[in-house]
Amino acid sequence: MKVLVAVKRVVDYNVKVRAKGDGSDVDLNNVKMAINPFCEIAVEEAVRLKEAGVATEVIAVSVGEKPCQEQIRTALALGADRGIHVEAEGRIEPLVIAKLLKGVVEKEQPQLVILGKQSIDGDNNQTGQMLGALTNMPQGTFASEIKVEGEKLNVVREVDGGLQTISLSLPAIVTTDLRLNEPRYASLPNIMKAKKKQLDVYSPADLGVEVTSHITLVRVEPPAERQAGIKVEDVAQLVDKLKNEAKVIS
Amino acid sequence: MPLDFDGARLPNPHCGEEHEAWRTQLRRFIDNEIMPFAEDWDEAGEIPADLWPKAAAVGLLGLGYPEAYGGTSESIDSWHAWITQEELARIGAGGIPASLMVHGIGLPPVLNWGSEEMKQRVAPPVLAGEKHIALGITEPGGGSDVASLATTAVRDGDTFIVNGSKTYITGGMRANWVSTAVRTGGEGAKGVSMLLIPTDAEGFSRTPLTRKQGWWASDTATLYFDNVRVPVDQLIGPENQGFWVIMTNFNSERMAMAAGMEAMARVCLEEAVAWARERRTFGKRLADHQVIRHKIAQMKQKINATQAYIRLCYESIETGTANPGDIALLKVQASETVEFCAREAMQILGGIGFMRGSRVERIYREVRVNAIGGGSEEIMRDLAARQYGV
Ligand SMILES: Cc1cc2nc3c(=O)[nH]c(=O)nc-3n(C[C@H](O)[C@H](O)[C@H](O)COP(=O)(O)OP(=O)(O)OC[C@H]3O[C@@H](n4cnc5c(N)ncnc54)[C@H](O)[C@@H]3O)c2cc1C
Ligand SMILES: Cc1cc2nc3c(=O)[nH]c(=O)nc-3n(C[C@H](O)[C@H](O)[C@H](O)COP(=O)(O)OP(=O)(O)OC[C@H]3O[C@@H](n4cnc5c(N)ncnc54)[C@H](O)[C@@H]3O)c2cc1C
Repeated sequence: MKVLVAVKRVVDYNVKVRAKGDGSDVDLNNVKMAINPFCEIAVEEAVRLKEAGVATEVIAVSVGEKPCQEQIRTALALGADRGIHVEAEGRIEPLVIAKLLKGVVEKEQPQLVILGKQSIDGDNNQTGQMLGALTNMPQGTFASEIKVEGEKLNVVREVDGGLQTISLSLPAIVTTDLRLNEPRYASLPNIMKAKKKQLDVYSPADLGVEVTSHITLVRVEPPAERQAGIKVEDVAQLVDKLKNEAKVIS
Repeated sequence: MPLDFDGARLPNPHCGEEHEAWRTQLRRFIDNEIMPFAEDWDEAGEIPADLWPKAAAVGLLGLGYPEAYGGTSESIDSWHAWITQEELARIGAGGIPASLMVHGIGLPPVLNWGSEEMKQRVAPPVLAGEKHIALGITEPGGGSDVASLATTAVRDGDTFIVNGSKTYITGGMRANWVSTAVRTGGEGAKGVSMLLIPTDAEGFSRTPLTRKQGWWASDTATLYFDNVRVPVDQLIGPENQGFWVIMTNFNSERMAMAAGMEAMARVCLEEAVAWARERRTFGKRLADHQVIRHKIAQMKQKINATQAYIRLCYESIETGTANPGDIALLKVQASETVEFCAREAMQILGGIGFMRGSRVERIYREVRVNAIGGGSEEIMRDLAARQYGV
């Protein structure tokens, strides 16, 4: 079984994100970038499927500018077999990424596509679902456990109020939630070996996709700074504050 | 430019994508597997045995060692080594890397000078974190004057009979083998040999040195040899050539220590700046008092100089043009830098710095072992003066 894993280059989760002075975008100048944590979980799951003898090949794909090859290399160091970079400039929105991934799916014919449920930059939570609609493949989103059984894939999903188990026919799409697994460390030998693994580069045109945009970024601003807290005197004052200042009870 | 640990690092054009990939993974490993426990381990005076195999799995123990013995050497260069020392020093509990990485001084003699049989037997389990090796040079009678060491190994047929003792030996309590400097010949440097001594040999005993100023997490020991019989084929390198075996070890040890000390200085800078930006006295931030600002600038000045010097030395190692005198003085530059930065950071922290439980407070207590171990400042200056033909 071939598994395709999507990985995205995002600002490292340890970095305190800042808006540019003119509010035009997030400031990415000299900022440490990393593989999106949910994508890392996706890679780990695919590699575990391979180690369990269920998957035969794991392909990591990333859409973006040239530097996102670094994140593909990370996926290769974590155990993916080869990489595909779809080179596209600028801010690419989820629908376009889903269309590009569909192009890769058609070329590679994977039995399983694993994506993060969202990326920690845009927090869109759309790409996996859109890819499902475009390819007509069944989807199991927010997965906290997956299991391949013959032609079926059982997915335990994290839904409001609990867990839901669904059974999908392969080929299928899965998006990962935090509890699916704990990604391993890429070891030094594997980092060195990753340099030698195959990495193919496609343009959107190779995949028959035109990069368009439906979204205009109007403004980026930091959240309002939190005011210092106070100690309330008694319960009456607390209730009063909750009612009249915070307006969370009436 | 931010003055945190990463922001205060000067750019290094030699570091590429896979160097940064190693830093990222190593930092993840350290942040998850070591940092949260560092203080407890240091207070307990011990690191758990399973840290070694974990460190082996991520490639830390094998970095730079031949692939044939379980290491990773292909395309590994000085920049990987520098990053590794930096990230280990960032823990801010020097006893942990001292003990975890002690094979860095114990194993090279075996790999560079030992027989193939010895390498096959010793290196793989050490690099896998299953067994441990230490380096035994220093004696109660002296450490700087290696050529005068007094532990004897007297030939008796196919064995040496070893008598004497070694002290301040890092990893000495846990070691399965000790690469030991012994006197096999006459007086002076030409009578010294290196011998691999297994710690399960009859007549070997050891006691821990627990009450140290710093490096609490590291198991430091005094070793005793009472008629210990060691087969002659356990010589590391030719008989009476041990002094050169020891000398070839020193450059890489000093580079590693210098890289670690610069990074420790940077930890001090990071913590001091964070505190100076937050703490207010006399109506303004500490960072707004000129006296404090100048302390910070002076720390950064010395850190910059040390970084540039480290880079220069690593470049010379990469091109095979290293000068041992320059490396010896780099070690002094680094120990003076960390001494200065630890002092100034402690000063900026004020009373809270005196309390246990911060990286700066520990680093302050670990300045001396770095300024003395691996060649003291005085010995380094003397060595350099000799190298320069003064
Ligand atoms: C925590 C710790 C871990 C250690 N780990 C190891 C280890 O794993 N293996 C090992 O073999 N050793 C180890 N050492 C020992 C270390 O290498 C020695 O402490 C060091 O070499 C100095 O030797 P010494 O302590 O005997 O001091 P001495 O040699 O007695 O020197 C005392 C002082 O005199 C100065 N001095 C000596 N000779 C001269 C001279 N000619 N001119 C001017 N000044 C001079 C020295 O600079 C020093 O300041 C460790 C030490 C410590 C503290
Ligand atoms: C073990 C111990 C015992 C103590 N015992 C007592 C005690 O019995 N009773 C008691 O009352 N206190 C006690 N202290 C507190 C001690 O007096 C304070 O730590 C000291 O006054 C410094 O104050 P601070 O720690 O708040 O540092 P801060 O006042 O925050 O100062 C931090 C640093 O900034 C520097 N700084 C501050 N303002 C300026 C400025 N305007 N210009 C330039 N630099 C500045 C300081 O010199 C210091 O280096 C004790 C402290 C310790 C560590």
